[in-house]
Amino acid sequence: MDAKTLIAKRIGMEMKSGDLVNLGIGMPTLVANNLPEGTEVYFQSENGIIGMSSLPAKGLEDDYLTDAGGMFIGALPGACSFDSGMSFSLIRGGHLDVTVLGGLQVDEKGHLANWMVPGKMVPGMGGAMDLVTGAKRVIVAMTHTAKGEHKIVKTCDLPLTSVRRVDLIVTEMAVIEPTEAGLVLKEVAPGVSVDQVIAATGAALIIPETVPVMAVA
Amino acid sequence: MNNKAISTTQAVEMIPDGASLMIGGFMGVGTPRRIIEEIVAQGKKHLTVIANDTARPDVGIGKLIDAKCIDRLIVSHIGTNPETQRQMIAGELVSVELCPQGTLAERIRCGGTGLGGVLTQTGFGTNAAEGQQIVTVDGVDFLLGKPIQADFALLGASRADYRGNLVFSLTSRNFNPIMALAGKTVIAEPNEIVPIGVIPPDAVMTPHVLVDYLIERRQNNGR
Repeated sequence: MDAKTLIAKRIGMEMKSGDLVNLGIGMPTLVANNLPEGTEVYFQSENGIIGMSSLPAKGLEDDYLTDAGGMFIGALPGACSFDSGMSFSLIRGGHLDVTVLGGLQVDEKGHLANWMVPGKMVPGMGGAMDLVTGAKRVIVAMTHTAKGEHKIVKTCDLPLTSVRRVDLIVTEMAVIEPTEAGLVLKEVAPGVSVDQVIAATGAALIIPETVPVMAVA
Repeated sequence: MNNKAISTTQAVEMIPDGASLMIGGFMGVGTPRRIIEEIVAQGKKHLTVIANDTARPDVGIGKLIDAKCIDRLIVSHIGTNPETQRQMIAGELVSVELCPQGTLAERIRCGGTGLGGVLTQTGFGTNAAEGQQIVTVDGVDFLLGKPIQADFALLGASRADYRGNLVFSLTSRNFNPIMALAGKTVIAEPNEIVPIGVIPPDAVMTPHVLVDYLIERRQNNGR
């Protein structure tokens, strides 16, 4: 199993049937196709729809049925569409159960930086700040390191997306839960040791007596 | 009953250089395409555009970027348009204000609904909060997002009736109904205009009183 599929499958296990879920662009979108058997959730796209699905087949595009990246999608029976005010009322108002977002850095306080790299990349925050601030659960999907650089760090040096503490970090090496006390190592990936995770992490980790292996099939 | 339908040329002739425009759409979906092309054709300059994004080069608002019609932007996202980023870094765009998407929607709503601003926790403690007022309500800190209005709101609709009632399809609704409240002059470009009464009252998404002009149907209906 490749790293991205492992991350997507492990995050899929966090979903409960009936959850309203918003997936960020990039790796988080893989969660949609990696849910456990029997788990059915509602996917929101912040441009104004609940009940999005992937495009059923090429040739069935609708110019007015798109995701937040402007790509063609499908919609399931029972889907609903709405304006941006409603869409972000759902996000900010505590009606969104889970958001899964990519990350550039997460620090010991559980603060996420994922929207800009000063001097290099200024794309704008889009809906990211609303999602991190308002969703009931925020799960960060990212590779553990980038080109040898730590992404889990003591203090983010990139601009923060929110000062809200994220709920879970899932990488190809580990599952880490930010808590009041600090970052708790909850699980390691199959074939990865606790020491390897510690070495690949630029922040202090709280290591419980037993650290189970991710139960990803 | 006045017919609100005018030509694209007439509509864009109303827009002076330097005007502020709210433009509906999300990555070009729900953006009034004929109006955009006419703004480029008439060579409008120094515009302020308030919108969710600038789509991509040669798509939607991206065409106004390509043609250098815009001086100032208030948007939530420009990451999909490298030309917008290039113009920002080169200083060709006088200013780009980035605003969280949900806050942008509510600031526009405030501008159109007589409200003095919106209080939100989104962006609090980040560099998106720089220069913004903090308001504490019952011990909780919020950022104050100030109202936004514009000289014109330019909307893309799926269907209108000749009185100006609007219907939007699926994800093309996005910012359009909110901007309909906040533009001093509201111009909607529907894909079709139907006789008054064809759109049932419960199906109307933007009431006709908000809409000043409709872009007339394409002549000859393609025949």
